[in-house]
Amino acid sequence: MEVLNTQQGSSFSEGLKRLLPGRKFLIATPYLWLLLFFLVPFAIVLKISFSEMIMAIPPYSSLVELVDETLSISINLGNYLFLAEDDMYIKAYFSSIQIAFNATLLCLLLGYPMAYAMARAPQHMQTTLLLLILLPSWTSFLIRIYAWMGILKNNGLINNLLMALGIIDDPIIMMNTNFAVYVGIVYAYLPFMVLPLYANLVKHDHSLLEASADLGARPWKTFLSVTLPLSKSGVIAGSMLVFIPAVGEFVIPELLGGPDTLMIGKVLWQEFFNNRDWPVASALAMVMLLLLIIPMALFHHYQSKELESSHDH
Amino acid sequence: MIRHLGKSLISAAIGCAMTLSPAVANGKTLNIYNWSDYIAEDTIANFEKETGIKVRYDVFDSNEVLEAKLLSGKSGYDIVVPSSDFMAKQIKAGVFKQLDKTKLSEWKNLDAELMALLETYDEGNKHSIPYLWGTTGIGYNPDLVNKYLGEEAPVDSWDLVFDEKYISKLNKCGVAFLNAPSEIMPAALRYLGLDPNSVNKGDYKKAEELLMKVRPHVTYFHSSRYISDLANGDICVAIGWSGDVLQASDRANEADNGVVVEYTIPKEGAGMWFDMLAIPKDAENIDEAYAFLNYLLKPEVIAEISNYVAYASPNKSSVALVDEEIRENPGIYPTEEAKKNLYVFAVLPPKVDRIINRSFTKVTTGQ
Repeated sequence: MEVLNTQQGSSFSEGLKRLLPGRKFLIATPYLWLLLFFLVPFAIVLKISFSEMIMAIPPYSSLVELVDETLSISINLGNYLFLAEDDMYIKAYFSSIQIAFNATLLCLLLGYPMAYAMARAPQHMQTTLLLLILLPSWTSFLIRIYAWMGILKNNGLINNLLMALGIIDDPIIMMNTNFAVYVGIVYAYLPFMVLPLYANLVKHDHSLLEASADLGARPWKTFLSVTLPLSKSGVIAGSMLVFIPAVGEFVIPELLGGPDTLMIGKVLWQEFFNNRDWPVASALAMVMLLLLIIPMALFHHYQSKELESSHDH
Repeated sequence: MIRHLGKSLISAAIGCAMTLSPAVANGKTLNIYNWSDYIAEDTIANFEKETGIKVRYDVFDSNEVLEAKLLSGKSGYDIVVPSSDFMAKQIKAGVFKQLDKTKLSEWKNLDAELMALLETYDEGNKHSIPYLWGTTGIGYNPDLVNKYLGEEAPVDSWDLVFDEKYISKLNKCGVAFLNAPSEIMPAALRYLGLDPNSVNKGDYKKAEELLMKVRPHVTYFHSSRYISDLANGDICVAIGWSGDVLQASDRANEADNGVVVEYTIPKEGAGMWFDMLAIPKDAENIDEAYAFLNYLLKPEVIAEISNYVAYASPNKSSVALVDEEIRENPGIYPTEEAKKNLYVFAVLPPKVDRIINRSFTKVTTGQ
């Protein structure tokens, strides 16, 4: 928009600028983006969640009907009540949150040392290390999950190796278990943890560490009382980037998980496809969205607070 | 492997893919949505060569996925292949175009007896043509089953998968169930001596109890992965579709990996289904769709598909052209004895569907 403005005749563009300052356009862009790709789909899902299932195209009733010049609006709350009636849904939410939480913790435990080592590596190596973190993402996500199926299955790499070495006689069952789901999530989302952590850690002032050492703190103590608190926002950003997509993950539990892996993504799939019940599936999605918005709002709140406090310094 | 991968990618990427209608080039195009591993290798290429029509061929692995796409209104496909019981409901929802039989010169090849049977689903055969048919039975690896169960393994019975005594031991080598309530619940009902098409809630409760007992021993619920897993020896037993199991057997033979796969129609009886060719109402390439339907109705074309995918063809004139090995295989063309025990899937009221699906969700998730 701004580019367009500068190319116009000067008097016109100045007049326009006074009327519609380009800066506002720039600021409006992300809002427009959100409106189109978040709010509109959100409204559609919300609408479907209040309708009733029917066997037709589309497979749900319309909320607004005009019959004999009478406009009738019917809002069906039954889908939400249905979710409350059946404790499977609650269990699926909690189980998803638990799996995502554990996976996030594992990512943090693995990712922090990696990011720390990267940030402390010699300058010329850092780009290479960053590239190495990103390199696997050049292969399709699905192909990489399939590769894990080949590694973990009964007849796969690990079991065949262990059996060839005579360590085990029967294959260890790893595929189609929660273990495989954790492997998949941690593997797939680790870069999302490492990158924000690295971006944070690389900015740290080394003289602070020297000061801490001069004051007699051991390295471990320095880490706990200097590095870790300073990297808090990196930890939170990384954790959010892992946790939020992991809660709704469908592909990994579908391909690596077994019957005991209860995740909301799979339940949603079943509602949508097996039951053909788009309204209940939509209600399920709405509740999940709310559950995800809460941690996001907390994160946002925390970040803006931190920004304020850093301005105060 | 690559073929299997491609198909599973699609089943995994449901909803993301193909929401845009395909770009129509200058030439004639045709968009087909068929089951995975359900056509001969060169059928499409030959059709393209013969007619000059460019085909976009996509695959699914469950009726549910196809149905969701059809009900969303704009599938973008000109030919789809639902199973007969699903199709019956979709016809009521107004999903399909009525066929103009004057454009189907090869209609005469179809088995009249079978067509009469199919009127249960599509009155007057107005909307659909049967493509292939098969049964839902048990695929197994005799060597592995023998290893874990010994000689007395009941491989000719649903006991193998529905009796805790056996399945609990088979868990070590892997057991797969179709992720399709419409297939597994009727089989469980039949095993219990109940009507596989029951509309009685109590019957489904009993089927659910049976399945809940065996579910801890089920390795996974999935509707296409078992083909390659059986072929590679990654699982030893699967409730699966006849031709898919036989394809697994072929693949193991081709790979020469020492894995043997066999298919059995359990003695208690099994479900018999028909996959139907139909044209969605919003299809854009109608003439091309008819050209393809006529092509598939040709005895020599469908015979070759039967040979390749190991499913029986409803095309009477084609039977003589099918390889003897396929024609004589009781897993593909069941014996008269086995035929008596086969049941077809009825069209059930939506309320019963919901009960079946909830029970099945409980079985697959344990909740």
